Amino acid sequence: MKGFVENILNLANLKKVNYADIRIVRRQVEEIAVKNGSVEALSWNEDFGFGIRVLFQGAWGFACSSKVDKRGMESAFSRAWEIARAGAETQGKKISFPPASPVVARYQTPISVDPFNVSLETKLKLLLEADAAIRRNKKVKISEAFMGVYQTEKTFGSTEGSLIEQEIMECGAGISATTIDRGEVQVRSYPNSFRGNFATRGYEWIEELKIRDHAERVAEEAGQLISAKPCPSGITTLILDGSQLALQVHESIGHPIELDRILGTEASYAGTSFLKPEMIGAFQYGSDQLNIEADATFPGGLGTFGFDDEGMKAQRVPIISRGKLVNLLTSRETAPLLGKESNGTMRADGWNRLPLIRMTNINLEPGEWTLERMIADTKEGLFLSTNRSWSIDDKRINFQFGTEIGWEIKAGKLGPMVKNATYTGITPQFWSSCDAVANRDHWQMWGTPNCGKGEPGQVAHVGHGTAPARFRNVRVGVRQGP
Amino acid sequence: MIEREAGLRMLKRWVQESPADQTEALLMTEDSSLARFTPAEIHQHVAERNRTLILRVVLGKRIAVVTTNILRPSSIEASLHKAISLARIQPPNEAFVSLPRPKPVPEINTFCGNISRLTPQRKVKIIQEVMTLVKERGFSASGAFSHGKVEIAVVNSLGVEAYQKYSDLFLHLIAANGKGSGYASFVSRDLDQLQIEPLVKAAVTKASGGDPIQVDPGEYEVILEPEAVREGLVFLGYLGFHALAVQEGRSFFCNEFGNRMVNERVTIYDDGLDPQGLQVPFDFEGVPKQKVVFFKEGVVKNVTYDSFTAAKEGKESTGHGLTPPNTDGPVPINLFMQGGESALEEMIRSVRRGIYISRFHYTNVVEPMKAVITGMTRDGTFWIEEGEIKNPIKNLRFTESILKALSRVKAISKERKICPAGSVYGRRFLTGTVAPAIQVDGFNFSGVSSL
Repeated sequence: MKGFVENILNLANLKKVNYADIRIVRRQVEEIAVKNGSVEALSWNEDFGFGIRVLFQGAWGFACSSKVDKRGMESAFSRAWEIARAGAETQGKKISFPPASPVVARYQTPISVDPFNVSLETKLKLLLEADAAIRRNKKVKISEAFMGVYQTEKTFGSTEGSLIEQEIMECGAGISATTIDRGEVQVRSYPNSFRGNFATRGYEWIEELKIRDHAERVAEEAGQLISAKPCPSGITTLILDGSQLALQVHESIGHPIELDRILGTEASYAGTSFLKPEMIGAFQYGSDQLNIEADATFPGGLGTFGFDDEGMKAQRVPIISRGKLVNLLTSRETAPLLGKESNGTMRADGWNRLPLIRMTNINLEPGEWTLERMIADTKEGLFLSTNRSWSIDDKRINFQFGTEIGWEIKAGKLGPMVKNATYTGITPQFWSSCDAVANRDHWQMWGTPNCGKGEPGQVAHVGHGTAPARFRNVRVGVRQGP
Repeated sequence: MIEREAGLRMLKRWVQESPADQTEALLMTEDSSLARFTPAEIHQHVAERNRTLILRVVLGKRIAVVTTNILRPSSIEASLHKAISLARIQPPNEAFVSLPRPKPVPEINTFCGNISRLTPQRKVKIIQEVMTLVKERGFSASGAFSHGKVEIAVVNSLGVEAYQKYSDLFLHLIAANGKGSGYASFVSRDLDQLQIEPLVKAAVTKASGGDPIQVDPGEYEVILEPEAVREGLVFLGYLGFHALAVQEGRSFFCNEFGNRMVNERVTIYDDGLDPQGLQVPFDFEGVPKQKVVFFKEGVVKNVTYDSFTAAKEGKESTGHGLTPPNTDGPVPINLFMQGGESALEEMIRSVRRGIYISRFHYTNVVEPMKAVITGMTRDGTFWIEEGEIKNPIKNLRFTESILKALSRVKAISKERKICPAGSVYGRRFLTGTVAPAIQVDGFNFSGVSSL
């Protein structure tokens, strides 16, 4: 691959580009979905190609192809250059791209057990056993188990002299039980909804999840949900478990702090942000319990890597400190607007996509509470767990979430189960109402493998470390009308 | 582009060489480009060429799928062996009967050669024209302009052979001025249909009107423009209009066939062959598209099938198979809502106090069997009073059952609009949803977006 890379970079230099990079990416995916005792899908996907990014006379061009040979690459380079040239001829504002020191490096996800070395029979057996254990509960109408393994090999080269090779391994698994009765569907899942929990780890992660051990509980709770009382409606105290809080962080902090969104590049699609660059250092995002870091170095996080897709080393940076906004997610092109260097968040969804600012691991730092003390300290409220639905406006101000399950809290104790739980709020008000975050014993990483952004669409794999937290005066039980 | 003869020849070779009991080969090619712009610049302009082969093999009742875009013969051979080894190790899926058998595919033209005129220079020029026209009216423009050539070829060992070449282009635009924003979109297979002026006018009109006022959440009479109606239709398609959801007992259609479920003014169907939409002659299993009516005058009629779900009921596929492995079911992708008798202006005139909604944003399911969804309004939400559109209003959150809303339809516009649908995530395959504007007597708003 190095020869291909050098050839394109030589061509780029001959064309006197301001900057060019090439990424050659091979992704291999194995996915197994089991439903009601049958294999619903058993698939292998191999995707191989390259993308070339060219900055010429202050305008960008990008072209990509699955034809990975010298001719295919030279043809794609010509297209990228042609596109950049078309922009350069007409574009008023010239793009400024700060130089970076060349990096020659190799990164590999540290793993103990290569998931591709574990036999498919072993994986299928685990999923089928978990699925069968769910179905032993006769109230369950649909039982499901899923496992996915994702390996990405990337070679990145730039006209600055960087040459970076990375091999990133990700995997995850999960189970769910669905009960259906009189026009109502209830789903309970483990370890997280929407197919499970994912990490940049080896098969040891799948084994640690112990999905089989949770099958009976998941089925039992799905059965109980059908006859549970509906979530009450009103203003109350809310305790969110880590998995739901991960999505809350994702939607109401992770996306608003993307500097490209703030600058309007997603305006016509995913939306913008209520934040402005000048709010850094001044804006109180939440209470002093709120400490957020973007940490692409955290071992095992789904947003963990060695280098981003424009050659910047993975970093750990504070974003919100004691409730105050102190930084944003940036790229090489956007960071100078803040007077800073990129904090290394540019990632592309494969060879055929342009890198965008993406979340890494956006982590809520642990507090000092135990969950038990947090509940005991709550006179009345709700404890909600596991996301079921999510929605937020195009500026990331008004959100509404639903969870799979919840419990009432009365006089410091967990009470009856509630179903169809929803809560809604306004981002800074909500985070300002946070008065307790659980400690490191309750803190864990949650992988979000379905973060959508960009046109053409890109799906990023990102992580969120969270511990349960408490929020006061939250509107719950959003009704659909009379 | 690989073209018909070479594409089918390649697929037939691998299907013939497969030792599996049944084999299906699906080839998808893409040659596309997309440019995005903000008021300041064209910040992204990309081009992609890709060819993807999906092999589905069947050993008895055991099925496996291998997808690859490495199309060297040795790689394809390895992929075929991989698929067979994956099928071999799994238990049989007793519900599986067979891959589909061949049926005549309608011959329709879905490719306009004029799309090749969209060179990078031409595309930049068109975008600059849009930006200039919007700026002249005192607004700033953001958006995306994309075009693509896509081929789909399917061959299976039972004799299915289908090939289709598609062109597509879309342009969407947001005009904004710091107070309000307006949206307009265009989708077609034909470049000559693209008219910039009406798009700019539509987006700018929506953005005009000054500072938005705040309206309290609650239930209001609403007029939903086609883009907002599209959102509801797509959710209904995903949640309940297909056989898998019914067979699993999770569709709102369960036990309702033959019953009136929504207002008698409402007729909703899927039709891949209707020229008002973006035509698609066959599905990803090579089965010709059939028109499937979901609601006829408010009464629940039918759902869509692929070969797997059809065989479970001893029926024929309606031509709604998606790319394998498909765990979502035969979700309809060419949705239509029948137009009514009203003019949009008449509908507005008949509203005493209500809300006019251009489009929704970030919608999601709250209660699937009641089709309750939540989401935000976006890019043009207005207060209507005494039959006139008054002020723009701050965006509202709705939490509402789409079925309940369709039960309360008071009027439907005669005019319909094709709204872009389908996928530009992953593999490109653009379709359109054709929807009218509707007037709903009671729609629930549960919040407002305001700091």
